[in-house]
Amino acid sequence: MGRYVARRLLQMIPVFFGTTLLIFLMVYALPGDPVSGLFGDKGGSPQVIAALKHEYGLDLPIYEQYFNYMRDMILHADFGTQIASGRPVTDVLGDAFPVTLRLAGLAFAFEAVLGLTLGVLSGLRAGRVTDNAILLITLLLISVPVFVLGFILQMVFADQLGWVAPSVNDDTDLTQFILPAVVLGTASLAYVTRLTRTSIAENLRADYIRTAVAKGLPRRRVVGVHLMRNSLIPVVTYLGADLGALMGGAVVTEHIFNIHGVGGTIAESIVRREGTTLIGLVTILVLVYLLASLLVDLLYAVLDPRIRYA
Amino acid sequence: MRGAPHATWVACAAALTLVATACGGGAAGSDTGAVLSSSWGDPQNPLEPANTNEVQGGKVLDMIFRSLKKYNPDTGQAEDMLAEKIETTDSQNFTITVKDGWTFSNGEKVTAKSFVDAWNYGASLKNNQKNAYFFEYIEGYPETHPDDGSKQTAETLSGLKVVDERTFTVRLKQKFSSFPDTLGYAAYAPLPQSFFTDHAGWLKKPVGNGPYTIESYAKGSQMELRTWEDYPGPDKAVNGGVTLKVYTDNNTAYTDLMAGNLDLVDDVPASQLKNVKSDLGDRYLNTPAGIIQVLAFPYYDKDWNKPGSDKVRTGLSRAINREQITETIFQRTRTPASDWTSPVLGEDGGFKEGLCGDACDYDPEAARKLIEEGGGLPGGQVKITYNADTGSHRQWVDAVCNSINNALGNEKACVGNPVGTFADYRNQIGDRKMQGPFRAGWQMDYPLIQNFLQPLYYTNASSNDGKWSDEKFDRLVDEANAETDPAQAIRTFQQAEEVVRDNMAAIPLWYQNGSAGYSERLSDVRLNPFSVPVYNEIKVS
Repeated sequence: MGRYVARRLLQMIPVFFGTTLLIFLMVYALPGDPVSGLFGDKGGSPQVIAALKHEYGLDLPIYEQYFNYMRDMILHADFGTQIASGRPVTDVLGDAFPVTLRLAGLAFAFEAVLGLTLGVLSGLRAGRVTDNAILLITLLLISVPVFVLGFILQMVFADQLGWVAPSVNDDTDLTQFILPAVVLGTASLAYVTRLTRTSIAENLRADYIRTAVAKGLPRRRVVGVHLMRNSLIPVVTYLGADLGALMGGAVVTEHIFNIHGVGGTIAESIVRREGTTLIGLVTILVLVYLLASLLVDLLYAVLDPRIRYA
Repeated sequence: MRGAPHATWVACAAALTLVATACGGGAAGSDTGAVLSSSWGDPQNPLEPANTNEVQGGKVLDMIFRSLKKYNPDTGQAEDMLAEKIETTDSQNFTITVKDGWTFSNGEKVTAKSFVDAWNYGASLKNNQKNAYFFEYIEGYPETHPDDGSKQTAETLSGLKVVDERTFTVRLKQKFSSFPDTLGYAAYAPLPQSFFTDHAGWLKKPVGNGPYTIESYAKGSQMELRTWEDYPGPDKAVNGGVTLKVYTDNNTAYTDLMAGNLDLVDDVPASQLKNVKSDLGDRYLNTPAGIIQVLAFPYYDKDWNKPGSDKVRTGLSRAINREQITETIFQRTRTPASDWTSPVLGEDGGFKEGLCGDACDYDPEAARKLIEEGGGLPGGQVKITYNADTGSHRQWVDAVCNSINNALGNEKACVGNPVGTFADYRNQIGDRKMQGPFRAGWQMDYPLIQNFLQPLYYTNASSNDGKWSDEKFDRLVDEANAETDPAQAIRTFQQAEEVVRDNMAAIPLWYQNGSAGYSERLSDVRLNPFSVPVYNEIKVS
């Protein structure tokens, strides 16, 4: 077990370098440069543009830029400077990540709790009215694009009913994140429900369940321990991968509810061609993905004792 | 959010009965009124006066700084603010006296040195200030900011001299009679010593000498400004303060305004223009701003710079139905342009409606004829280049092309040529890669006719993106700058503008308005010629 974790952690190193290099190259390949966009419609003075490019090392060859960047990041935990604002990227990250964690955390809790409940419910009643109703609802949720759902919920709950604020005014107030989290988690909720449902419905017919029932175990224990544990493996795999997607992919939701999180910052950095900011953000997302997938793999053993790690 | 405002009201009422203090976003401790909230965009640059070149950062500078002059929000006239007197006999050497009694909000006195140090900082190449070119008229600029990329040989401008605590002299490298009128621009603001001694600290929480002080600044999300109670100037704020909230999408800001979560939106989204009248009634403002949109041409491209090209350009201008486009696409938030300046200058300031004459009138027949006489469109087609990521430029470029195509009776006469990002667009312009007309917008720095002509059309001027050059124009501008009689100077500038017209150096499209919407709590809201709300006059009930 310990050796397995150590090996997995070591494997993260090449993945980490590979992703950062790829992103670096991709940003470099984009047309334009981040300095020319800073001057608005007014032409910038060529001297100031040249001086700024020099200051941020943009006049160096690409491999040198990458080397310098990695050196600063690894040796000094220095993620560079956001060119537009002149702020250290670590500050930008420090502002955006807590906000995103709140949003993604709430969305994750929402999809996991509600998704599992609905999935178990519909799996246990496979083929009956409850099951069909839930399947229909999830189909609807999967097919409605996020921005449509976002605007509808915003209009109904904020403008018409006035239950919640239409946008997030205070980043530290978790209640304001409820509506955006619901919007963000909805599509995943539908997937979690469907995965759980299929898995439960299938395992319900498995031999070990028949044995458990035959042993005379109470139904609560049959479902809660024997059935759930074995059925959760695909769901946990999905949830693990989804955590990263919730954090980095919330661009649309953040936009609708005016949340200043990671997704919006990433989108903005791409438009402004801010390589350093982008890589800083994505590096942390990559780490989140890697850790989440490690956690998922470790959870397999907990869920299914037959799985062993060497 | 219907619930929360009620809660706020209850809380406010309670607070009022208890301590009779203001309510809003915290303890303002002021007797002047409540705090209002206003939409904002994240400033693109650090909030240094000489480094802020866009309206969002400019909004803050306008609140926390006062310069030698201030532009009247109604007339756009430059009026003395910190300047007691600005004297000159030759339009080249100026003696500036600063009024007594002004301080920064940290208590430091505003002296002649506050100005000279600030200007030297702005002009010095090593500080990479984006507005450095504002100091280019001052003697010694080439040494502090060399053109050729060589090392700067001086730290300070040799044309600036402190005489005594309240007096300093400015020597310009050429005659420039309207120089005093440019001094209302934010880049000329005075700076306290803490700006130089603790720069990082100052940037975190800028300190100025304007009617507001910055209480807190969370970069990327919001800034709390409070009225400075001891503000020595005549335009003290009548409200308790302003909370600027960053919105990444102006639609969200509008939704928040409608829900009562926000008091003031100073950029009504295009998609809401149709229903803004019914939503807000007379709480919607749509007033002229000092912004003009034009189509510029690449004069470095031989196709656009040969005998007859001027006829082709004039023909294109006459093929654009400005009336219809401003009506249908912009819902009257733009006005068809008939000169190269802006209505905010006023007649006395050099705006001359109809200066463009026939050349800006829609006439398909004449357009066809002119283009034919000029040798036809280069390559048989014009491509209008624009950036597609901001400002919904696509809609109007398509409309302009449609108008041209209809006028010329040729489906393929004009097409749009979108560039993905603004950064790339500016880069291509800088690299002289434009192959046909391209979108160019100009937002004035100060309300002078000079600012609409010289930076854009003078040979090698800072924003002359098309690299147009005309000896006669340059000469007239030089003459106008040297002219000491303001009325005569403006007449000469207008003659220069006529040269622009006769060559159709750039096609004027429309003047842009500033728009704003506000909640029922506010009154006395108006926009200045820079399309920024005049915050210090807004009353909050």
